[in-house]
Order: sequence, then structure tokens, then C-alpha cells
Amino acid sequence: MRARVLIRPKAGILDPQGVAVERALPALGFEGVENVHVGRLVELDVAEEGQLAPLCEKLLANPLVEDYEIEIVS
Amino acid sequence: MKFGVLQFPGSCDEVDAVEAARHVGDAELIWHRDRDLQGADAIIVPGGFSYGDYLRAGAIARFSEAMESVIEFAREGGPVLGICNGFQVLCEAGLLPGALLPNVNLRFTSRQVRLTVEQGETAFTRACTPGRELSIPAKHSWGRYHAAPDTLAAIEHGGQVVFRYAPGENFNGSLNDIAGVTNEAGNVMGLMPHPEHAVHELTGGSKDGLCIFRSMRLAVEGVAA
Repeated sequence: MRARVLIRPKAGILDPQGVAVERALPALGFEGVENVHVGRLVELDVAEEGQLAPLCEKLLANPLVEDYEIEIVS
Repeated sequence: MKFGVLQFPGSCDEVDAVEAARHVGDAELIWHRDRDLQGADAIIVPGGFSYGDYLRAGAIARFSEAMESVIEFAREGGPVLGICNGFQVLCEAGLLPGALLPNVNLRFTSRQVRLTVEQGETAFTRACTPGRELSIPAKHSWGRYHAAPDTLAAIEHGGQVVFRYAPGENFNGSLNDIAGVTNEAGNVMGLMPHPEHAVHELTGGSKDGLCIFRSMRLAVEGVAA
């Protein structure tokens, strides 16, 4: 089973990468872009869907500072 | 009295940690694949990098064989000091509250910082003078201490904030200027700046880091503040 895990900084936690990207955009002529957040994407094949949440909690994300979303691709 | 200093693929401050610890006792390196802590009375998880710091700094190192033994050692009350990447590893291992995030300036920053000793009776500061400032080097890109509001209130209330950046020194954006924090029991401490680099005036800008290693020795020997 192919899955995608999207990991992003929790709402309310300062995301300096997002801020840096947001600040760079007006210089390229993109006005009005706000609330940019940078996370990461992990793609993986798993034997069972039930493995996904525990492995996210234990390794892929740090639940203290990050939220994650699991998407089953196929 | 013997310090055990862990060594991960990517560690780069372990030799300085051994050198610093040898000012106050014996010290040996412990390879990350080794479960045997070699009878160490205190453990140092050193700085540098670990396993490429993929995903998050310290995220993979915390599952190493040596760390499994360190987690057990810490739960039994053994003193454990995590410096820089070691601090990140101890947070990821759940031995310390909170997490370290990328510096607010998004830059790797290397500079001397002044730290205030907030608690003078801990296993890591009983040989330091409370309220005194220590001048020691900091060098990291993931040093912004973060904890959820309730956790932050609990560690402040519980006296677990042991070191703070002095006014104007908090370049990484840590909450409440926190530079060093202990667990609730007080036997595990994480510190972002590097006391092991501040044991000679010539190379460290001061010898201020030594009081932390001396404190650990006193704690092992049961000498109070």
C-alpha cells in the first residue's frame, strides 16, 4: 500500500522557513501571498495501513511541534 | 568517578567533551552501537550531528542501542547531560520536555554567549554560582527551544529552567530565553551552548564551562550545593 504523509509545523508555532519564503515572493512580483508554511512530504509503501499512525507518532513527526496527515495513494 | 560520552556517526564535539570531563574525573567514549555504558557514573550526549539529522535533529539517534541504555540509566536516576545535538536527542527520546526548532534567523550561528545560572542547586550547577553569568560558545542552527504553554508554565514553576540566555543573547528565538532545562526529577539536563568548549581561556574564551562538569562530579559523589 502506497501512502503519503504530510508533516507541517503546528499552527501557532513560528515557522521561519515559511516567513522567509513569504518575504521573498513580493520581490518576484507575487503580491498578496500570505500564511506560507513549509513542511515535508514522506512517501512510503507499507504492509498495513495500521502501521502508519504509530510510525508517524514515533518517528516521522514530532507531535509536540508538528501535525501530520496520512493519505493513502494506492 | 567516570563519565561516558556517546559517539554517533556525525558527532564532532565528543572529544572535547571527554577532554572537559577529564578535568574532573575519568572519561571514555561509548560507540552508538554499544549497549554497555562501561560502568559510567554520568553520561554526556555530545554535540555535532547524528545520523545526518534526517527528519529532525536527533530524531534517529534516539533509537540507537547506546541511547536505549541511556534512557534506562536516566530513568534509574543517573545524571545525563545533553549538549546541543545531545539536547535535541534527549528531547526526541522524551527524557526532557519540549523540542528544539530551527533558529529564528534560519542561520547556523556560532558565537560566544552569556548565560545566567538560574538554579544553583541542581546536579549540573551546584559548583556554579547562582545568578552568575557564564561565557561559553554556542554554535547551532536548530536551537530554538519550544514547549507547549502548559509545559512551559510547569517547567518554569518547577524550577527546571537552569540556564537562560542573558539579555540580548537569545539569537535563536528560544521561548523565555531558555538555554538549559532539566527533567522533573532533575537528573537529566539539556543545554544548547557548549560548556565542553569553554575549559581553556585560549580556545574557549573562558573556563566557565568547567563548573558544569564539576557539579556533575559532586552530584555523583552525593555532595550537595
